[in-house]
Amino acid sequence: MNMSYVLLHAPALLIAIPLFAAFLTPIIDRFSKRVRNIFVLAVLIIEEILMIIFAWDVFTNGIHVYTMGAPNPTSTVPLQSAVPVRIVLEVDGMSAFMGLISTTVSLAAGFYSIAFVRKETGQGKFYTLLLLMLVGMLGMEFTGDMFNLFVFFEILSIASAALVAYRSYYGDAVEGAFKYLIISSIAGSIVLFAIAILYGQYGVLNIAALAKAMKSTTLDMIALVLLISAFAMKCGSVPMHFWIPDSYTVAPASITAMLVVASQASLYALFRICFSLYGNTSYVATSGAILILFGLLSMFIGVTMAIPQKDIKRLMSYHAISQTGYMLLGVGAGLYLLGNPDFSTHGMAAMEGGIFHIFNHALYKGLLFLTAGAIFYKTKTRNLNEIRGLAHSMKFTTIFFLIGAFSIAGLPPFNGFASKLLIYESVYHVNPILSIIAMLVSILTLASFMKVFHSAFMGPPMKDVEKGDVPKSMLFGMMVLTAGIILFSIIPGWVVGHIVHPAAQSLANQSAYIRAVMGD
Amino acid sequence: MIYNIPYMASAILVIVGLYAVLFKRNLIKIAIGITVLESGVNLFLITLGYRENAVAPIYTNLPEGTSIPEGMTLPVPQALTLTSIVIGVAVLALILSFAVKIYQHYGTLDSREVRRLRE
Amino acid sequence: MNEPSKIVKTIASIIFPFITVYGLYIIVHGHLTPGGGFQGGAITASGIVLLLVAFGSAEIAKKIKESHLSILESIGALSFISLALLGLSATFFYNFLAGSNFIFGRIPPFGSNPGDMNTGGVLPLMNISVGLKVIAGLSAMVLALALFARLKRGRKGVRKK
Repeated sequence: MNMSYVLLHAPALLIAIPLFAAFLTPIIDRFSKRVRNIFVLAVLIIEEILMIIFAWDVFTNGIHVYTMGAPNPTSTVPLQSAVPVRIVLEVDGMSAFMGLISTTVSLAAGFYSIAFVRKETGQGKFYTLLLLMLVGMLGMEFTGDMFNLFVFFEILSIASAALVAYRSYYGDAVEGAFKYLIISSIAGSIVLFAIAILYGQYGVLNIAALAKAMKSTTLDMIALVLLISAFAMKCGSVPMHFWIPDSYTVAPASITAMLVVASQASLYALFRICFSLYGNTSYVATSGAILILFGLLSMFIGVTMAIPQKDIKRLMSYHAISQTGYMLLGVGAGLYLLGNPDFSTHGMAAMEGGIFHIFNHALYKGLLFLTAGAIFYKTKTRNLNEIRGLAHSMKFTTIFFLIGAFSIAGLPPFNGFASKLLIYESVYHVNPILSIIAMLVSILTLASFMKVFHSAFMGPPMKDVEKGDVPKSMLFGMMVLTAGIILFSIIPGWVVGHIVHPAAQSLANQSAYIRAVMGD
Repeated sequence: MIYNIPYMASAILVIVGLYAVLFKRNLIKIAIGITVLESGVNLFLITLGYRENAVAPIYTNLPEGTSIPEGMTLPVPQALTLTSIVIGVAVLALILSFAVKIYQHYGTLDSREVRRLRE
Repeated sequence: MNEPSKIVKTIASIIFPFITVYGLYIIVHGHLTPGGGFQGGAITASGIVLLLVAFGSAEIAKKIKESHLSILESIGALSFISLALLGLSATFFYNFLAGSNFIFGRIPPFGSNPGDMNTGGVLPLMNISVGLKVIAGLSAMVLALALFARLKRGRKGVRKK
């Protein structure tokens, strides 16, 4: 059981450990609640440590493949056949990057939930579904097989929908969850239809084998359109964003932070399909232009609809739509320039900006949602007209909120500035107007959060609110995310060079992806 | 021509399912629309595996007297369809329990009445 | 709501064991005939649903408790993942029982044959685990929906925001 054995089997272990723990939790829950809490936290901490070690190995040593059920993890293509026949997990730089995000935010959400849902019923099922959400996210990010992507996509959406409706004594929680589940299930059916089209043509389901056999027929174009619209529906870009404010608002706060990462897992799937599956076809420039268009619309519509909101979490969820636009803009610009000689300077910088923004967004948006949950825990309301003067009693929460608000607005020492600067600089070369719109949206974001800060935290204190801050475990959860933000703000150059650059490099390098599974 | 009829049936089911989800107001009818949409996609998936004059893929080799090319229908789409049916059952159960909870809260199943989450 | 009549209750009690045996047969023979974990589990759960419809949810809820079903479901899932993890000497989900001398280890004969139940390796055991989980899960689902319908509808239990 030495380190190389663990690293060899790490893709499967990272998915199997939370799956095992998820089904062990109801049995432990019958005996004692404290043991269950400690067990869930221990599993999340082990996952985080294992993911950090594994991601470091992937960033330095290249792609890891894992064939499930074979006599040997790296034997992807058996001797008698020309294509892979088993489910292959393929972890490259981008997958490891997204896996880091998922485990970090799950750890923070786990700590936060210990105090936040302490008074609710059915807590055993809550932690089971939380661990199943983590399994779904990691499964989507590690897999190298199209149908496996669909199965984990559905696991993630069913677990998230059940958790959105967790506080079922509120009527609008169940309504938001109903909308979420209908949209997810339609998106899942569209994805399955596209997978069926691809399978019917080529007879393989493995992404690398499909990419090698891809011939760019009309049916392939139909499959690409269906896949882009289904995954864009799930990650909340603008033509299909209506479910996001409804479901992010009514979920418990730690679940909202995890829903942000779940939407980013769908964003990862979109990028994986556009870059690694269709990277060698002639549709690359058009799909890049479509992603840039979705990004622009999301940025602008998200922030303009956020300004008149009165509910604090609804406002933050419109900002989540707007920030997703930045990611789509950055990586879409990279996709647009994929065949050009311009790619290695501006295209790569745009992709690095977009990918770095994914991690930053998960950290600061998660932190903002957790602080909104802390405000709800103290004052039992989310209406901005009723909350005021919380800075007097909730000192830590105020500091966390300020850090999150400055990051999302892109103010200089924080990490939001670093990723937005990369996006502004590189997208300027595609078209100057894109950069101007991005900066305008950033200014509007700052205005919106200053309004929230002024009305919620400044002013005379509210009457019937107890003194003192929220319980320690909630503060600890917020501290995990704040530590990440501060770490990324102090050393952005190192982070971009050692973490983001391998991810962007491996996303653009389709031939290495194919070679890792199919051999030469 | 006769072998194209399942594909046409699948397209009709998908269109009927999408119509029910988009244009009907009763929550139970929306749930039925989701099920019909999933049935259409499952039918498409399993029709892909059909080969003419082929046997079912149960044994490890063909019985005596059958020819090797196109001897068995493809087993992989059958496994994919089964997985999709199981996922459909789970989604349907969750949608229906949400509908029961909404009826308990608001007393009505009309989706226009239960839209409390507005701008 | 009227009670179901004595004829319905008697016939349901007589038919229920046959349905259960049929469902378990489909689960266990999943590696030879069409069927397997989910299909057989759904059939057995429909037997329980028959009892629920015949006797009414109040009586059945006294015999079958939701917490027992939850434990059964967890046991099914845990045994499935444990069987997958036991193959970790080679990879996750490796079929370590096929070709060995343990319980399901014979190699199936080539060509068309009546079928030998002793083959398959880890597959029949996984079928049984999935079947157990599906029986527990589907019965709990239908029991919960039936108990829901007994609660009064309306504004009861709605908390103001």
